[in-house]
Amino acid sequence: MALMLIKFDMKKRVKLAQTVWFMYWFAVMAGVLVFSMGLFFKIELRKRSELMDNNESHFLPNLLILMGLVACGINAFGGKVCYDSLDPSKFVKWKPMLKCFLMVCVGFNALLLVTALLCFLMRIPLQFTLAEGLKNGMKYYKDTDTPGRCYMKRTLDLMQIEFRCCGNDNFRDWFEIQWVSNRYLDFSAKEVKDRIGSNVDGQYLMDGVPFSCCNPSSPRPCIQLQMTNNSAYYSYDHYTEELNVWKRGCRDSMLSYYGGLMNTIGLLVVLVTMLEVAVTIGLQYIDSSLSTLVNPEDPESESEGWILEKTVKETFTDIMDKMKSMGKGSKVDEGGEAAVATVS
Amino acid sequence: MPFMPVKFNLQKRVKLAQGLWMIYWLSVIVGILLFSLGIFFKIELRKRSEMMDNNESHLVPNLLILVGLLACGVNAFGGKVCHDSLDPIKFAKWKPMLKPFLLLCCGFNALLLLTALLCFLMQFAVYLTLAEGLKNSIKFYKDTDTPGRCFMKRTLDLTQIEFRCCGNNNFRDWFEVQWISNRYLDMSNDLVKDRVLSNVEGKYLMDSVPFSCCNPGSPRPCIQHHLTNNSAHYDYDHRIEELNIWTRGCREALFSYFSSMMTSIGVLIIATIILESVDMAGLKYLTTALETMEDPENPECESDGWLLEKGVKETFGDLLAKLKTLGKTNQVVEGGDAPEAAN
Repeated sequence: MALMLIKFDMKKRVKLAQTVWFMYWFAVMAGVLVFSMGLFFKIELRKRSELMDNNESHFLPNLLILMGLVACGINAFGGKVCYDSLDPSKFVKWKPMLKCFLMVCVGFNALLLVTALLCFLMRIPLQFTLAEGLKNGMKYYKDTDTPGRCYMKRTLDLMQIEFRCCGNDNFRDWFEIQWVSNRYLDFSAKEVKDRIGSNVDGQYLMDGVPFSCCNPSSPRPCIQLQMTNNSAYYSYDHYTEELNVWKRGCRDSMLSYYGGLMNTIGLLVVLVTMLEVAVTIGLQYIDSSLSTLVNPEDPESESEGWILEKTVKETFTDIMDKMKSMGKGSKVDEGGEAAVATVS
Repeated sequence: MPFMPVKFNLQKRVKLAQGLWMIYWLSVIVGILLFSLGIFFKIELRKRSEMMDNNESHLVPNLLILVGLLACGVNAFGGKVCHDSLDPIKFAKWKPMLKPFLLLCCGFNALLLLTALLCFLMQFAVYLTLAEGLKNSIKFYKDTDTPGRCFMKRTLDLTQIEFRCCGNNNFRDWFEVQWISNRYLDMSNDLVKDRVLSNVEGKYLMDSVPFSCCNPGSPRPCIQHHLTNNSAHYDYDHRIEELNIWTRGCREALFSYFSSMMTSIGVLIIATIILESVDMAGLKYLTTALETMEDPENPECESDGWLLEKGVKETFGDLLAKLKTLGKTNQVVEGGDAPEAAN
């Protein structure tokens, strides 16, 4: 008893082939879309790799790029097969490959589903990479003369401006590190010497933030230095001042940006998987309906199409039997050879 | 003697019709492109209209949108005519409309030429509007409590950050206006009183710039206050310091942005004019080839196609003569009426 049996006549077969061909071309475009999303994601990770300690995992975008390319190839081939299926002479040369091709399609669909799952799960390692990378980014902010780190200041400033964030968790992270390079500190000044002497590590700490933390929407010009000192500014209370600097931490902003990106890509990949499953089923119907023609010489004859030749259970037990017989076959061979060796 | 005659047989006619149909669809896509560029330009002008005193002229983007829509319509119609031209029955219903259609295409090309010219010329207007608008923006920077101007600070800050510029001509423009609101100045402080009294208009002027002028590429944390006072900062010389704040003025930055946009649009329009002319020439050849078939019943016969039925000079002379006769007919009619009235 076949699974989901459908009767086909000539007209139905032609319609099926045309529809599945159309869907295959749609699926090729979906493959191109997946490829370009992988490329875009890779570029975004590269742009900010400095802030992630050059340590971020490119596994997911590489997988997406590979999947996109394979999808294009498989779907183009499937479309060609559909196109030729209406012409019996052309279809004959594709027929032997179809069973293997359908197996490959099923495997590919499973892989696509795994990719979609990864898109949703890889957020967690990204969170850790970002936390670590941003902490180091802020530490190296002042090292504009150290080769390899001289652009950290610019990258961090541009990131804080673009993502509207300040510091790692919030702006107070800047109070805990020295972000002014020693080259610009006058060590003969008393104030500088006091500050450096006031902490164990000998760092010049201050309650100030870089200019990139400033919020342009603030009604007053930005207050970035002496932020916790209410008397340093007229009509200023740092407890109630909200619009002066960005309140959000950069780890949160970047994570929400990348998380949103990965969620969207994951959703798209799920949709593409559903499309791929649909075209695989369509191709199976075409294959089975063309194989069961009542009268092979007459193209107008009736035929049947199905998804599985037997029911799910029977197909499953068939596969298990085949695997067991393959295992037994090798054993019998060995036994036979051993017997022959001993006899001879 | 026809202008640029070409002999056609059935195969050539079919090839011409098919090629022309494809070119017409390409022109439709170009029309859509012009439409979307017009919308993009309009949005960009709107985004920065505060910098231009809400006074900028939307003539060019509106014209682009109109031209884009017209291009789509005209070219879609032309494509339909081409598609039907291979079937004599369908082509018969389009035949009478073709001459006015070609004249319409000529008019449309003239409109395109006008638009391209405007794209290049309106850049001067944009420059003047920008100069005036930016000057006022800097003046209203501090008025974050005045309705209608409360977002000027944010807009100007974001513009300076995005376009990497400072002030109108350069950063010294900020030294000449008071950009801190009086609400945040302690008027009882001696320092503040000195500064306010030190100039005629009673403005609190200082040699500082807003934070949005800061250049993130500078190796040292941004110096925005006491810019001209070398002793206020360690190891600082304002004459040689180059990376601290943006040195370009915002008028120049914004103008170069808009002018490059308008120049590219102008170049695209000129390319569209060339494409439309090719379309018109192709359609003229196709219609004349279909009209001059020696044996109308036999689709396989030969025919001639041309751009103009007579030479360029003769066609021009004909047009002038026609215009003159139109004028003379009016006069004759008036003269005829007058004697009748007299009788």
